[in-house]
Amino acid sequence: MTYIGKPIKRIEDDRFLKGLGKYTDDIKLPGMTYAYILRSPYAHAKINGIDIAAAKAHPGVLAVYVGSDIPEAVAGVPCGWQVNFKNGDIMKEPPHPLLVRTKVRHVGDGVAMIIAEDRATAKDAADLIDVDYDVLDAVVDPQKATAAGAPLVHDDVPNNIAFDWELGNPKEEVAAALASAAHVTELSFVNQKVIPNAIEPRAAIGIHDAAYDKYTLYTSTQNPHLIRLLMCAFVLGLPEHKVRVVGPDVGGGFGSKIFHYTEEALVIWASKKIGRPIKWTAERSESFMTDAHGRDHVTTAKMGFDADGKIVALQSNTYAGMGAYLSSFAPAVPTYLHGTLLQGLYTTPKINVDVTATFTNTTAVDAYRGAGRPEATYLLERLIDLAALEMKVDPAALRRKNFIPAFDGVEQEGYVTQVALQYDSGNYHPVLDKALEMVGYEDFRKEQAAAAANGKLMGIGFSTYIEACGIAPSAVVGALGARAGLFESAQVQVQPTGKVTVYTGSHSHGQGHETTFAQVVADKMGIPMEDVEIVHGDSDSVAFGMGTYGSRSLAVGGSAIVKSIEKVLEKGAKIAAHLLESSPEDLEYAEGKWTVKGTDKSVAFGDVSLTAYVPHNYPEGLEPGMDFSSFYDPANFTYPFGCHIAIVEIDPETGKVDLKRFIAVDDVGNVINPMIVDGQIHGGLAQGIGQALFEEAMYDETGQLINGSYMDYTMPRADDLPSFEVDRTVTPCPHNPLGVKGAGEAGCIGSTPAVVNAVIDALWKGGHEVKDIRMPMTPERVWTAMQG
Amino acid sequence: MGHSITLTVNGTSVTKEVEARELLVHFVRDHLSLTGTHIGCDTSSCGACTILVDGKATKSCTMLAVQADGSTIMTIEGLASNGELHPIQEGFKENHGLQCGFCTPGMVMTAVDLLQRNPNPTEHEIREGLEGNYCRCTGYHNIVKSIQHAATKMNT
Repeated sequence: MTYIGKPIKRIEDDRFLKGLGKYTDDIKLPGMTYAYILRSPYAHAKINGIDIAAAKAHPGVLAVYVGSDIPEAVAGVPCGWQVNFKNGDIMKEPPHPLLVRTKVRHVGDGVAMIIAEDRATAKDAADLIDVDYDVLDAVVDPQKATAAGAPLVHDDVPNNIAFDWELGNPKEEVAAALASAAHVTELSFVNQKVIPNAIEPRAAIGIHDAAYDKYTLYTSTQNPHLIRLLMCAFVLGLPEHKVRVVGPDVGGGFGSKIFHYTEEALVIWASKKIGRPIKWTAERSESFMTDAHGRDHVTTAKMGFDADGKIVALQSNTYAGMGAYLSSFAPAVPTYLHGTLLQGLYTTPKINVDVTATFTNTTAVDAYRGAGRPEATYLLERLIDLAALEMKVDPAALRRKNFIPAFDGVEQEGYVTQVALQYDSGNYHPVLDKALEMVGYEDFRKEQAAAAANGKLMGIGFSTYIEACGIAPSAVVGALGARAGLFESAQVQVQPTGKVTVYTGSHSHGQGHETTFAQVVADKMGIPMEDVEIVHGDSDSVAFGMGTYGSRSLAVGGSAIVKSIEKVLEKGAKIAAHLLESSPEDLEYAEGKWTVKGTDKSVAFGDVSLTAYVPHNYPEGLEPGMDFSSFYDPANFTYPFGCHIAIVEIDPETGKVDLKRFIAVDDVGNVINPMIVDGQIHGGLAQGIGQALFEEAMYDETGQLINGSYMDYTMPRADDLPSFEVDRTVTPCPHNPLGVKGAGEAGCIGSTPAVVNAVIDALWKGGHEVKDIRMPMTPERVWTAMQG
Repeated sequence: MGHSITLTVNGTSVTKEVEARELLVHFVRDHLSLTGTHIGCDTSSCGACTILVDGKATKSCTMLAVQADGSTIMTIEGLASNGELHPIQEGFKENHGLQCGFCTPGMVMTAVDLLQRNPNPTEHEIREGLEGNYCRCTGYHNIVKSIQHAATKMNT
């Protein structure tokens, strides 16, 4: 092993650092035209008519399309995950049209597409379109949406309820356990709607090649093959083999680029009609209005404890906003990615989770970094920290008392939860121990007490989280409503000279697959990293793929690569045995050569690969070539975990929260590239902290997004954050060949409640016994809370 | 209606016709095909379009192309010399100061200006100096380290 476990510098960096990255909007083709989407300025309105005559006549305009131009058969973009009502009825799944025909349902809903010779002309022409709207009352709150008389987002969806859902132990059992508990902590809170805000705005280019009647879609996506499948089979009815989808360099995703968006289908549909390539690139304000948002939960939860501090029961009731339409995987987020995580790291014997998903006149919600697990973690970690304050016990000790004992998933069985999962492996005390040591816990408490005596407000907040990555296996997720498989594919193509091209169905948009995957391949094959090329993101190169989300790439995609490497080496051994006049069982493979055990007779990998393609002296009956594909469908999810600690200081005069330190000890299983894993954690922390302190999609009562720009929506900037203190423990995943769990979302999952808990702790220590401050914890909100 | 402008771009003199309303960033990307300069917002908030105009870090979406007539600009494509990374680019590579790479050109060009003005910045000064640039991937931790790395290298 020469590469795995080392902080190898990234292969992809040179092109990005030299400005040679190729993002979708960087692609310029002969005859390129430009699309602009005219969007609704209203959250809820009937369209009486659209006058496009002036726009069509504007010089430089090639076409203007409205909803009625889209064929009736094209209902819109589909939802890929079905959740049924408690009574067994199928969820309400109203169509999400490519362009609205009759009623707009959120600010930003697409009304017309203008295609012109250049961007500015398309935008000029959009100003000439006259849409006659009848503005309707809007509903924006996920809970208020269910109230009698609330405006209906979809006329045929009563009470705006998309579905309701329940998991865990019977409610009566949980209620009985809570009734007999020595202490019950109850908390009602909002996990606010936030906006992912990848810095690259979404973009799509549609191309129709008349010579072959073939389409190409370039799109800023996390999963090109899935977009192809959804668009071909469920939207436009195109033959899949006549459509190529490319996700080139993609400037961040964080979930928001998983989903199939209307603009992708629009540019493909229109490209054949006008016979020229069409590029659409979102302006930032469009990204705010149309990229899928995250979170949006309104929750009431109760956690009961016995006299000894052991958790006896948890009841959670949540209204989950879906926005105006069901986005690609939205129904899975508050259910199978949230309710199933409410065991946390604790031995809670009775858990019931109840979710009502509702439509609102806001942008659709879907998976955003963590997708359901941040909401679950926030719920659990806020409750247990608040319980510690209420019961006047140490929050670290209270957690420790409730931790599930260690299990490795090999000698000890995986832990079976009350909410449908079996954890793979876990060892929870060491992450807490390490984090406490890093923070200097005892000293901090002394410092905090001294500060309080001087009128200064310092606080410490904990979060000990578990999450679930690499959602799988396909049959299980299918039974839970997924309308897709969740495996991954990989092709390992050995060239005659021994160079290796690996085609992975995973997609990198910042995660560094070109480096991490090459480390795995080089080590497993015993060849230099320079001899390995990782190819991803193009459906014409990569046979199939499920893409990158849910921290799955290495655990699922990496495992598929390992499977293909095993096939390569197995075949290689047969060829080597022939060349060495030995048998495969008598050979061992190391450092790029096969050696007859106990001898110095060997043959190099490159000689074997050359023989495979020049099979003159070759084993009888063996096919030429050295090129293997594999599909890997995992046995289970993986379950990373960790402990995050925030230390804050609050200005008592203004309520401003200053995040002084942030400690994160994460266990993501085995680590291939520690530099990249740390980077993933850092980025996740910033987003999680951003939700706690800065970020919220703010709608007024008319459904207007009132902070839909970077001038108004606050994300953390460099001077809002401290340098992070990160470390890890390693508990390997027992069921995949690399022992890896996934690191992409952990930082975002654990950090938010740690920051909020720290603020609440500071206020309690200062004599303000506040249960909750609504996120983001702006100075105004903190100051108000301190006024009693 | 075109206006002829002449400016020096990455060491080469360029003369082009532009529309009066055309932003410098569109000129750089669309007319010069220098697509390393990115557009991340429409409010001059994200800094992805930062280039050097007469040596100063400038958000190229805040200037019209005609305003750049006669000036000297450098984009990310002009920073490496003979294929060798500039110390700031090297700092980013050595310290994993980039992930998706989209904000990176703007970050690097901002850092060039920052270290010109202050060759020995403290961590706090670096963080303040990056206030005009959003990064959504790195949490800024490694960007700060990258610039510290570059400062050390450029001072020795």
